[in-house]
Amino acid sequence: MITLSEIKKSLLISIWFIFLTFPIMVIRVDTVENVIEWRWNNMILVGVGSFLLSFLWRHLMGRKEAGRKQAESDEAEKTPLVQRILGERRFYLPALIAVSIFVILFPFLFSTYQVNIMTTALIYVILGLGLNIVVGLAGLLDLGYVAFYAVGAYSYALLNFHYGLGFWTVLPVGAILAALAGILLGFPVLRLRGDYLAIVTLGFGEIIRLILENYNEFSFGPSGIANIPRPGFFGVDMSLSAAIIYIYFLMIGLTLFTVFVVNRLQNSRIGRAWVALREDEIACQAMGIDKTKTKLTAFALGATWAGMGGVIFAAKTTFINPASFTFLESAIILSIVVLGGMGSIVGVIMGALVLILLPEYLREFGEYRMLFFGAAMVIIMVFRPQGLIGKARRTYKFEGDLKSEA
Amino acid sequence: MDYFLELFLGGLTRGSIYALIALGYTMVYGIIELINFAHGEIYMIGAFTGLIVAGVLTVMGLNSVAILLLASVAAVIYSSAYGFTMEKVAYKPLRHAPRLSALIGAIGMSLFLQNYVLLAQTSDFLPFPSLIPEFEFMDPYAHIIGSAEVVILITTAVVMVLLTLLIKFSKIGKAMRATAQDRKMAMLVGVNVDQVISMTFIIGSGTAAIGGVLIASHIGMINFYIGFIAGIKAFTAAVLGGIGSIPGAVLGSFVLGWTESFATGYVSSDYEDVFAFALLVLILIFRPAGILGKVSAQKV
Repeated sequence: MITLSEIKKSLLISIWFIFLTFPIMVIRVDTVENVIEWRWNNMILVGVGSFLLSFLWRHLMGRKEAGRKQAESDEAEKTPLVQRILGERRFYLPALIAVSIFVILFPFLFSTYQVNIMTTALIYVILGLGLNIVVGLAGLLDLGYVAFYAVGAYSYALLNFHYGLGFWTVLPVGAILAALAGILLGFPVLRLRGDYLAIVTLGFGEIIRLILENYNEFSFGPSGIANIPRPGFFGVDMSLSAAIIYIYFLMIGLTLFTVFVVNRLQNSRIGRAWVALREDEIACQAMGIDKTKTKLTAFALGATWAGMGGVIFAAKTTFINPASFTFLESAIILSIVVLGGMGSIVGVIMGALVLILLPEYLREFGEYRMLFFGAAMVIIMVFRPQGLIGKARRTYKFEGDLKSEA
Repeated sequence: MDYFLELFLGGLTRGSIYALIALGYTMVYGIIELINFAHGEIYMIGAFTGLIVAGVLTVMGLNSVAILLLASVAAVIYSSAYGFTMEKVAYKPLRHAPRLSALIGAIGMSLFLQNYVLLAQTSDFLPFPSLIPEFEFMDPYAHIIGSAEVVILITTAVVMVLLTLLIKFSKIGKAMRATAQDRKMAMLVGVNVDQVISMTFIIGSGTAAIGGVLIASHIGMINFYIGFIAGIKAFTAAVLGGIGSIPGAVLGSFVLGWTESFATGYVSSDYEDVFAFALLVLILIFRPAGILGKVSAQKV
């Protein structure tokens, strides 16, 4: 029920926001002509808007609190709903079949524009899964991941430009070059922890971008490289729409491959070493895990996928320039990982689809889309800090008889 | 020699602006261990508020010193209000959440504020009226340092001294230091931690706003994107000096300012940022906790 005190509170909030947004929303000055424009209708908009939103906010907060109390009172830790559905075979199989049919039919049902967007989203799925190795599994906060993406994209563009190498040759080469760049970054930052690591990786990403932007003889500077060929299919000439569909299926294949590899990695010796390293570095070393090797493999393997993603990005857009590899891109990839739920493969896929498709379909809102995008990031984090799909922790249950063991 | 001196003082000016922004980063980090990515946006909003208020007052016909003072005061008030609101809306609910979630929330907040100013004002560069007066007694030194730079240096020095006094001797300053050391223990001895965190955001945002107005009237142009670059630079400076430490943030800012200034002057302005980040990487390799950061042995 809405009580009087709540109305009073919301009224105060709305007055506060009117005050807060007053200079920027209401006044617009032209400093050259010295003309002031007063936009009073914006003030009313802010007032009414914040008044109504404050009710919604309070309601959602109340629900979140209630949810947390309930979770505390429940004895057994509940696995998330999606995790449970995925765990059961009778839901799992039909869902898988439905998704595969949709994936196969998708390019034939929708326009090439839609297919193009989906391909972009799939590139981000791969990037997200790659970064998930570094951030989600190994717990190393990397804010310069886009650098490896750039290494992949530029290695295809430059190798093609200078030596005429084809897509299929460069795909592994780009991956290896990115992995090498990962190790190169990994060495100096081995000793750093947490936020220091974050800022150094950020700096590394910026250095790579600035070099690409300024070293004209090497990378053609801000004007970038155009006319990068699309991937070939045994020398068959393809129309533009066929090429787009071809890249789409290529991406589907690569995504499946990535999911397979990452899934196998998670349960491998090295994957468990990463998780152990994330949880406690010292205990991990005491158990005889080589810290240097484990961290470097995390950087190298994470970068490999970014390199491949970069090669495909260059082949898909046929044009690259340094503006595609800014810090914002790193932030978006990191958001995919965190928003989806760290360490969870399904979560990362969902996160990538939401974060890439949402702004695309928000295009109808035109210039407001980035505003909504930023707000959505804040709101999702406030109400679901563990991500859309939280990773269920691996738990081991003791199944034997307690007394006989003791 | 004059050229060297000019670069040196230019770097010092640049560094003081970074320092004004870096203080907010380092104070917030010291208390809630959050990299507040939206802090650069607070600085940008300060510059915009300053511009708007200055514009209105110019039309009303005040003299430029009064405009500068009033615009600065308005910028400080509004930036502090934004910092305070941002903490209440986006960061307080995330205080017990995983740290990365708070970081993503901060990145989202930064995007939101950038686009808010972009939509409500303009995406173009706005010319910022040059409010800092030219002093006549500075004329003999004009080839080394301008009046605006002197004003920036003095203002920064005053802000630093006031802030140090506040943190060393006032009650809220003591509460801040206590909270930074151990939040739970501070709570137990009766420190109102919520209030301390709010105060930290307010003070950090206020100093950033001063930096915003000063640099905007020195450079003479602003747009919605200035906060992002300045934010990253200031954050770099804060880490360089050892994040969480206030003298460290100031020292780090000066080191960063000089590096950029000398790299621009003697090498090439294209690679100014490359030098800044390369220096950061180098320093962190040899001193992983920053210049003034405490290297504490991790206890098990």
